[in-house]
Amino acid sequence: MSVITLTIDGQAIAIEEGATLLEAAQEVGAAIPTLCHLKGLSPVGACRLCVVEVEGIPKLLPACVTAAAEGMVVHTNTDNLQDYRRTIVELFFAEGNHVCAVCVANNNCELQDAAISTGMTHVTYPYQYPQREVDVSHPQFGLDRNRCILCTRCVRACDELEGAHVWDIAYRGEHAKLIAGLDQPWGTVDACTSCGKCVDACPTGAIFRRGATVAEMERDRAKLEFLAQAREEQQWTR
Amino acid sequence: MIDLQQLQDIGQQERDRRKPVRIRCCTAAGCQSSGACSVKEQLDGAVAAADLGDRVAVAGVGCMRFCGRGPLVAVDHEDGTSQLYEGVTPENAASIVGTLQGQPTTATLGDWNHPFFAHQMPIVLENSGNIDPERIEEYIAVGGYQQLYRALHDLSPEAVVKEISASGLRGRGGGGYPTGLKWATVAKMPGDQKYVICNADEGDPGAFMDRSVLESDPHRILEGMAIAAYAIGANHGYVYVRAEYPLAIAHLQTAIKQAKRLGILGSQIFDTDFDFKVDIRVGAGAFVCGEETALIASIEGKRGNPRPRPPYPAQSGLWQSPTLINNVETYANVAAILRRGSEWYARIGTEKSKGTKVFALTGKVENTGLIEVPMGTTVRRIVEEMGGGVPGGRQVKAVQTGGPSGGCIPAHLFDTPVDYDSLLALGTMMGSGGAIVIDDETDMVDVARFYMDFCRSESCGKCVPCRAGTVQMYELLDRILEGRATERDLASLERLCVVVKDTSLCGLGMSAPNPVISTLRYFRHEYESRLRSPMAAGHGG
Repeated sequence: MSVITLTIDGQAIAIEEGATLLEAAQEVGAAIPTLCHLKGLSPVGACRLCVVEVEGIPKLLPACVTAAAEGMVVHTNTDNLQDYRRTIVELFFAEGNHVCAVCVANNNCELQDAAISTGMTHVTYPYQYPQREVDVSHPQFGLDRNRCILCTRCVRACDELEGAHVWDIAYRGEHAKLIAGLDQPWGTVDACTSCGKCVDACPTGAIFRRGATVAEMERDRAKLEFLAQAREEQQWTR
Repeated sequence: MIDLQQLQDIGQQERDRRKPVRIRCCTAAGCQSSGACSVKEQLDGAVAAADLGDRVAVAGVGCMRFCGRGPLVAVDHEDGTSQLYEGVTPENAASIVGTLQGQPTTATLGDWNHPFFAHQMPIVLENSGNIDPERIEEYIAVGGYQQLYRALHDLSPEAVVKEISASGLRGRGGGGYPTGLKWATVAKMPGDQKYVICNADEGDPGAFMDRSVLESDPHRILEGMAIAAYAIGANHGYVYVRAEYPLAIAHLQTAIKQAKRLGILGSQIFDTDFDFKVDIRVGAGAFVCGEETALIASIEGKRGNPRPRPPYPAQSGLWQSPTLINNVETYANVAAILRRGSEWYARIGTEKSKGTKVFALTGKVENTGLIEVPMGTTVRRIVEEMGGGVPGGRQVKAVQTGGPSGGCIPAHLFDTPVDYDSLLALGTMMGSGGAIVIDDETDMVDVARFYMDFCRSESCGKCVPCRAGTVQMYELLDRILEGRATERDLASLERLCVVVKDTSLCGLGMSAPNPVISTLRYFRHEYESRLRSPMAAGHGG
């Protein structure tokens, strides 16, 4: 494996070839916000929060899926990028029904974190107030689509880590929604092993443990990463 | 196994069985929808009734291009002259046959010298409307599949790529990527398994060039794909065609069957070690599946969602194999380039855009239909001379090219020559070739809203700028149209244009704001005149 060098926010860094810009940025401590990315799951580049500027490339590049290359000069946190990210977070808030005050994930929510880190103090676009369904047919877990941001972490965690593929996205555009099984109540999906990986993967309070109330959401994110890497690295203990 | 002699024999037999007089009746989708099938039945019946069967043959052919005047019928006489009839009805069809016996006809005469035809240069459409698309013999009779034979026997794959590169052909799907470069990239990728894909998921509102080519000359696409497959080292091809094109699918299926029967598709084609098979995949009605990575996902049986590039399909495409994906019209140029040479092709068009381009001319225009013109033809010639301007004495305001990914060209810029780069400079794009004429009665904000509605409902929903941004932009356009918007809303709209364009995942999202950006650039006053003052907004609630 060879090593490449590049510059991120003025800092020179050496990293293994094949690493993404996100990994490189994390190594130099540049905090790039992400929502759909979860270490151990395949990257999809869907939330667009991690876009960065690379000198000489006229387009913004999503850091999570862009391979670091020799000599790249990367900027991860310019005013321009902050503006883009703030608008994107606003779009997330406007398209769903995100009410932190009554949410199980309050204070433990990556969308909320993204709003804070991007300085989104208010939403300038009209709220869409979509009609979305809540599914509490599963005995242990619940799904509140009002809080779903369609990051597909649960889809990938269930498919790639648990191998059950209970979740998927149905319909398209603004009507896209998370479905269990063949668009049926979660509790009736035989494939579900009730492992709870989707709960641990969810960045918001969309998938939660039943019985938890406002701001009581707990996740074991480290477990997911451990599971994802256990097979690759042959490490079977945490 | 078929060889060159047999191929030429088939062509010769076909030419020999031609009767002195040939009546061509367009049976492509456009004319079919206005009754061409019963017109053809009537023509058949009239020929039989007049006992002219040994002298006259009626052929159902592909698109004769002047779709707005269909159904079209052409009578090719023994002396080489041809007479066109327009708007033929089942009632007056028989009287066209009567003219062969000196009787008068009630059918309307057309004019092959009409500017609509006169300025055209058919290469892609050279056989369209001339041959019966359901008979491979007719394609062979006009030289079909001989270039595939020649490529396999006389040219190395590298030589084919070189010829295509030298021609200057650029992707006709809209992006204008150099075709030869794309072929060379896939050819040089390591790997035993490669694929070629024909993108026939033509989805822009108002575009029907690819449909017409597939309906009228399907073998041309198969030959182009086979030559491409040989050049890049693929043995399997897919045509991804939308379900809304049933006639194109049917003709393509027939064509594949016929080519297989003759051994032109399959194993050891023309007695070489080149194998090539073609399968059809029918799209299920998603515009985004015209985006190459979504199209590939769809062929793989997955949800038709785009994925970030790189890796590009040339590196890792269908089932992670190097994949060449080109548009219908691009493949339709291939055999012609090999036949007449890259030098000939490179002489047509402008410095950086070679060859011809097929446009579907529609909207508020007198003459609607398909036109194939050399690159560099001015918009004015297309819209005013060939299109005949706006009907009813109205003024033309603009023409929209590139569909929901493109933009408009205002009337004062109509002297612009049409090629990839000049259209980009105007803030629009070539696109796949839809050209929708807009008259002075049409509101440009309404046009922008129409396209935004389209993008909003066709967004796959994967990335948030496109999924949520198009909804917000649609609503802002709606507010402006209804006179409810303020200066701030317009600023909001412009801000979203930038964000959606710069941060979306795939081409659909990146280009979704284009109709707004373009109409704002040329018709900003139409937006501004609808704004109300912030004061009034404050008091009016």
